[in-house]
Amino acid sequence: MMPEHHPGDDLLIAYAAGSQDEPVALVVATHLALCPRCRNEVERLEELGGVLLEEQEAEALGEDSLERVLGRLDEAAPEAPEPPARVPASVDPRVPRPLRDYLGAGLEKLDWTSYRGLDKAELLQEVPGFRTRLMRIKSGTAMPAHTHEGTELTLVLAGGFSDEHGHFLRGDVAEADAATDHRPVADPGEDCLCLAVTDAPLRLTGPFGRLLNPFLRI
Amino acid sequence: MLNAVAIEIRPPLAAVVAAKSALVVRPVLPLERAMRGETTFGEPGAEASAEELMTAVAQRRDRKAFVRLFETFGPRVKAYLIRQGADRASAEDLAQDVMLAVWRRAAQFDRSKAAVSTWVFTIARNRRIDILRRARRPEIDPEDPALVPEPEEPADRVVEATQRRECLHAAVEELPEEQARLLRLAYFEDKSHSVIAEELALPLGTVKSRLRLAMGKLRTALETME
Ligand SMILES: [Zn+2]
Repeated sequence: MMPEHHPGDDLLIAYAAGSQDEPVALVVATHLALCPRCRNEVERLEELGGVLLEEQEAEALGEDSLERVLGRLDEAAPEAPEPPARVPASVDPRVPRPLRDYLGAGLEKLDWTSYRGLDKAELLQEVPGFRTRLMRIKSGTAMPAHTHEGTELTLVLAGGFSDEHGHFLRGDVAEADAATDHRPVADPGEDCLCLAVTDAPLRLTGPFGRLLNPFLRI
Repeated sequence: MLNAVAIEIRPPLAAVVAAKSALVVRPVLPLERAMRGETTFGEPGAEASAEELMTAVAQRRDRKAFVRLFETFGPRVKAYLIRQGADRASAEDLAQDVMLAVWRRAAQFDRSKAAVSTWVFTIARNRRIDILRRARRPEIDPEDPALVPEPEEPADRVVEATQRRECLHAAVEELPEEQARLLRLAYFEDKSHSVIAEELALPLGTVKSRLRLAMGKLRTALETME
């Protein structure tokens, strides 16, 4: 099944251009693993990057530039394509690369904390200005209505949830900003697993900081 | 020397054309190339496309072909890196590294998937993120069993990649200046869209909607072509 809610053009452009911070790029790239449509879009956008690269004004290289490069051509053997990474048998099929590479020993080995039907685990804590979290919401759980300060991206990996903006299933991306006021409810059946990234300004974090995700505001 | 390169490059391509045209061996005419939308370089009579040059590098480690790719893309990669905030010395070093990577990874170049400019752009972009930003770039793994596959692989894309490139090129020329300018900012300055909006004294929503408009036009151009 293909996702129905895709990241906006501006997110795909920033991903192709390589101007995003890592947490946002992680959401986009993980969506790409689940969405052939956006993979195609990003390929087109990379072609656009090539076109823009070609048509921009050239900057003269140093006089010895070519000579230096030619002198190094034999330095190393041609780079062979990297062998496909081996997938451990224990890997959770719900978590594709690149997200899987951020989970260390795996989903269950993360440092989960639980609160009223919601489990969360922090990722990419070394990146300032962002909160990157995996969230697991018990099926059927409704969260209090809340608004956001800052932008939040949520990618569903398993299960699903609904709010005023639609129904979000595996691969779908929900984008919320300060104008969004919603009351998400996790689907009955399977627990909802998602990756949520907020670019909440730093002043909102800390012991009394707010957690800006579709499900909870602390 | 340039003519020598063109002659060197012709046989394999001529063979391909011959196979497609009832085994009549004939030289490849520039018009044919133009119809395939391939980039041509250099003086009349020496018009090898970047894709042909890259194929010559990949298959025969052809240094002359590499020199021509270097002369075309090296200075543009350097300009790209300077716009991304590198000082001249690091831009020079990094541009050399990028061109070396083009040589070393030549075997991975697949002209059915991408034009050379696309490929060079992605190498330069990733090198910049790695070296200038010291960050990881999350990317899909095409071999990952968890990757959701394309419903069906599009058939023969050999012609498509270069044609699309030519079509995009024309479509960018047609864009209103404000949209084209914004696209260049989005691609060439390592800034978030909100920073770009601030610098242009535009609301973020306007920046996003202009980018969306530009994308819509490029998409329409590509769809018309297909
Ligand atoms: Zn998508």
